[in-house]
Amino acid sequence: MSIRHGLLALLERGPRYGSQLRTEFESRTGSTWPLNVGQVYTTLSRLERDGLVEQDGEDGAGHALYTITEAGRAELKLWFEKPVDRTSPARDELAIKLAMAVGAPGVDIRDVIQSQRRHTVKAMQDYTRLKAQALTALESGAERERDDVAWLLVLEQLIFQTEAEARWLDHCEARLIRLSATAPRDGAPPAPATPPRRAEPGRAVSRPGA
Amino acid sequence: MSSPSRSPQQSQPNQPGQPGPHTVQPVLQLQNLTRVHGSGATEVHALRGIDLDVFPGELVAVMGPSGSGKSTLLTIAGGLDTPSSGRVIVENTDITAADRKTLAALRRRSIGYVFQDYNLIPALTAAENVALPRELDGTSARKARREAIAALEEMDLGHLADRFPDEMSGGQQQRVAIARALVGDRRLVLADEPTGALDSETGESVLALLRARCDAGAAGVLVTHEPRFAAWADRVVFLRDGAVVDQTIRSDADSLLTGRTAE
Repeated sequence: MSIRHGLLALLERGPRYGSQLRTEFESRTGSTWPLNVGQVYTTLSRLERDGLVEQDGEDGAGHALYTITEAGRAELKLWFEKPVDRTSPARDELAIKLAMAVGAPGVDIRDVIQSQRRHTVKAMQDYTRLKAQALTALESGAERERDDVAWLLVLEQLIFQTEAEARWLDHCEARLIRLSATAPRDGAPPAPATPPRRAEPGRAVSRPGA
Repeated sequence: MSSPSRSPQQSQPNQPGQPGPHTVQPVLQLQNLTRVHGSGATEVHALRGIDLDVFPGELVAVMGPSGSGKSTLLTIAGGLDTPSSGRVIVENTDITAADRKTLAALRRRSIGYVFQDYNLIPALTAAENVALPRELDGTSARKARREAIAALEEMDLGHLADRFPDEMSGGQQQRVAIARALVGDRRLVLADEPTGALDSETGESVLALLRARCDAGAAGVLVTHEPRFAAWADRVVFLRDGAVVDQTIRSDADSLLTGRTAE
């Protein structure tokens, strides 16, 4: 799992203590997936139980230091080599929502699509602005360069993901319009193409499901 | 006219000198813009009552499916086409009411275009291309060249000054086209799918330049169907069937990442 391997990857660079691991994990990933110290220590004790890390003394301030074991290095190597599984996709709320919106009474699927599109494009704008900042930071300073590169990669992943979603939404809308143009008059489930204006609250335009 | 698609953000007072939340005047104002092609049975409403203000320092992206009116909006905003009704105000001049001479001068002095296929003149160098609108506007050749070089250098394109279009990559040509669009005092740039012919990374560098010019005070309108490029804008306006159906409003990016605000 990602926190486990993330911590192993940081420990491969040398002994570290818990809150230090948390700080380094977050500066790599830009706090996109915030960790609390509790999670870090729980994960460390599991890693220790599995023989992948061990406690190895304290630093000057009395923090318990952890180091990676040989078994830990082997596990980490395997993680980098093995692709992340994509064959059993996580449940996606948006896909489920659109699937349910097809033919749902009282729901204008184009409005569902548009409100999601606004939200998704907005998130892309925010990520893009953060990315521009990250690029500036990379160009100006050399000190935390490795972390800046890591953060940039994470941001770009978020941008590509939201872009894929925005494109998929465009595609859904186009397909629904095409289907409703060719659909038989009364029958088949494709959603209606609504007039080019925003739905008033409560306006039900969807056909009852066939 | 009031339509539910109208955004409250756009209802700024537009008269010069009128006090309001914005002391800065928009560079471009579109007011209740409509455009009808044909008549009778073949009538097509390309634009249906568009309102849009673009302020200095702002980059606005216009998105929408093909046929939604994006390009019509841009050509009317730039005075290349006339609306069926409504007003287009550029730097406080109503170009829909202007005579031909005023309009031509305004197009030379105030409005810059960037097209998908760069539109640089092949027989002229980068510097000559950028200098051209200034020369057409009556600036001496020497001064126009000086301004062109300055514009290119400001955008880190000084090394391209003496190259001809066919000696530049697509991305370089497009960046020169942006320099041309904003040479002199011009601060309105209208870009129609400027990244359409470029690969993704080059397209991004073109957008970064456009963004930087807007951060430096220009006003930009970007028509694109690529969400990743639209995401460089401050505001994204969604068109559908000739009307604004929705738009994003700029927020504090840091609020997006909960961890960051806590630190």
